[in-house]
Amino acid sequence: MPKKTAYTAKIEYLQILDENGKLDERLARGTLKDDEVIFLYEQMTISRHYDEIAFKLQRSGRMGTYPQNKGQEAGPAGAGYAIRQHNPEAWLVPCYRENLALFLNGLPMEKILLHWMGDERGNQIPDGVNILPISIPIGTHPLHAAGLAWAGKYRGEDRVAITFFGDGATSEGDVHEALNFASALKLPVIFFCQNNRWAISVPSSIQTGSETFAQKGLAYGMPCFQIDGNDIFASYKVVKDAINRAVKENQPTFIESLTYRLGDHTTADDARRYRDPEEVEAWVGRDPLIRTRKYLESKDLWSESKQKELEAKAKEVVDAVVKKAEGIDKPTTDDIFDYTFAELNGQLIEQKQTLRTSSLGTHPQQEGLQTHA
Amino acid sequence: MPATIETPKPDFTHTPSRDGDRVIQFREALREALSEEMRKDPRIFLMGEEVAQYNGAYKVSQGMLDEFGPERIIDTPISENGFAGLGIGAAMYGLRPVIEFMSWSFSLVAADQILNNAPKMLYMSGGQWGCPIVFRGNDGAGGQLGSTHSWCIEALYSNVPGLKMAIPSCPYDAKGLLKTSLLDDDPVFFLESERMLGDKAHVPEEEYYIPFGKAALRREGSDCTVVSFGRPVHFCLDAAEELAKEGMNCDVLDMRTVRPLDLDAIIESIRKTNRIVVVDQSWPFASVASEVITQVCEHGFDWLDAPPVRVNSDDVPTPYAKELEAAYLPNAHKIAQAVRTACGRA
Ligand SMILES: Cc1ncc(C[n+]2csc(CCOP(=O)(O)OP(=O)(O)O)c2C)c(N)n1
Ligand SMILES: [Mg+2]
Repeated sequence: MPKKTAYTAKIEYLQILDENGKLDERLARGTLKDDEVIFLYEQMTISRHYDEIAFKLQRSGRMGTYPQNKGQEAGPAGAGYAIRQHNPEAWLVPCYRENLALFLNGLPMEKILLHWMGDERGNQIPDGVNILPISIPIGTHPLHAAGLAWAGKYRGEDRVAITFFGDGATSEGDVHEALNFASALKLPVIFFCQNNRWAISVPSSIQTGSETFAQKGLAYGMPCFQIDGNDIFASYKVVKDAINRAVKENQPTFIESLTYRLGDHTTADDARRYRDPEEVEAWVGRDPLIRTRKYLESKDLWSESKQKELEAKAKEVVDAVVKKAEGIDKPTTDDIFDYTFAELNGQLIEQKQTLRTSSLGTHPQQEGLQTHA
Repeated sequence: MPATIETPKPDFTHTPSRDGDRVIQFREALREALSEEMRKDPRIFLMGEEVAQYNGAYKVSQGMLDEFGPERIIDTPISENGFAGLGIGAAMYGLRPVIEFMSWSFSLVAADQILNNAPKMLYMSGGQWGCPIVFRGNDGAGGQLGSTHSWCIEALYSNVPGLKMAIPSCPYDAKGLLKTSLLDDDPVFFLESERMLGDKAHVPEEEYYIPFGKAALRREGSDCTVVSFGRPVHFCLDAAEELAKEGMNCDVLDMRTVRPLDLDAIIESIRKTNRIVVVDQSWPFASVASEVITQVCEHGFDWLDAPPVRVNSDDVPTPYAKELEAAYLPNAHKIAQAVRTACGRA
């Protein structure tokens, strides 16, 4: 009886820009040009400010629960930019911690605020923007990415689907079924797993017995990579390559983006209760914004005055976004009827006209509720 | 742990007073029930997301990791289907799992395990493999959690034969019903509400058990029967207070469990009032209210002087916007209006 090794595998780890802002020139070849780095640095800075303002809005009662993206900007920035440059028609299938990937691909910035303010219209995506609504039932949306990719392939398009999810989400069965479908049916899907080390208070070491999250894709037979998720060069490159594979070979890719959630899980959480401050401190040192700025400074592409200008611009942009989000009229009772079916039918037609909903005794003029004229 | 342990029968004869000054929160009453039974029965364990280190996403299990240790208070990966199924396996091998869903909304990814496995196991094994397991968690709109997070699962799940469903409305019942659930040999679906976990009331320190299928009459009146369970019971009581000022007096029945359902208590009440309003946070179509009214028509039609009336949430997904969510849910105003309708005074 022959005894042999039936399968071996390795997981490649990629870092191009280290935490001190030092670039590996060889690995960086064919990735981001300096003006693109400046652009992404600006976008990450604006996104960071957006996060801070969102946090304040929640604290002052002007917004509901909000999940900060702080510390995780580089993964979605590089990935989102690769999509925008190399497969702009791609579907983006998000969870809730990759705002920048969405903004870079055409989602108006006020939409995310509007959503967390409790307005379904925050998830109304403008025509021509291929982004799915934010998904809160953990891990259920990667299957939708597989479905979108399948439909694209069926229609004969070169459109990939990229889906974002967390380390915790990999424990949901749906994620595994999505991986299996994508591989078995040869679908152009990019699975972008942001391993930010925590799922609320559960550290990733308890989430899985695997050494890496990247290797989860191996069992399903797709190329898998682990990257420094705080490095825009690495995330750009790995997604760019994944797009190529997806389009040319109909092959899915699994990417584990190693990063860290610098903020609380959401505004409803206080991570100080379960996280070691030293761990957080160490990751502050690996902040994607700091290293990108160091890199730009080392190439004489950045200065204190440019930084001041950028901060002023970030404030201006975000102020305008907040104004826009808060300036939108409150939803009305019409929304309840109009958004439930493609076409109003049956009793709902009468209910909409009379503003008397199916529960008997509804008062049309609930306090604070706007009704249609 | 001994190989076999006899589960004691709950003592329903001991019914300590609901009045007193040992005021604790709903969540503490739940914790007390769990802890008391866990101290007596080593087969019981609590498993779910954030239940151990974090002391529970809603602090129901606060301090329990310290007392019972990580073998019995178990944090899980985010795998509802996984830990529901694991719990079912453990129940079939003699343990008494308590599976916490952070929200019942998240139990939907575990639907096959909890609906297609647990409640059918006994039947499909010809009476051999029972499944004594308690699934518990928050049900209903928690307050601006959006449509996918705000499920009322009672109508959908109670349709399935083989499971029991308890929905307490107050801390006293929370303790007594959960203790009974933990001694029950069938799968029990135990529905809590994020909006009530902080509610405070007297809860006796001693042990007591509340039987399933026995409604509680929360207020007496002879003009109309108002039937509810869980959180809306409070809205019914508010409405009854309001209506009393108009000279209409209501029997308010708190069902406490919907599976089994105490139809006898409802019939007894309508024999006096001849009118009925059923209040249920589920959607109206095929809701628990629909079922109650069907049974009332089947068994108590002759006692009715007016068509039954129900108050449900509106027949649309739960809105995210604060004002729309409030407009969508049953409230005292809608209930009062429904009672006036039932009484021909609208
Ligand atoms: C099906 C389901 N189960 C549980 C939850 C509650 N929940 C919300 S976020 C979260 C943690 C997710 O962790 P991870 O996937 O690592 O993403 P991160 O928040 O770290 O970005 C949990 C358990 C949910 N929203 N959906
Ligand atoms: Mg995470």
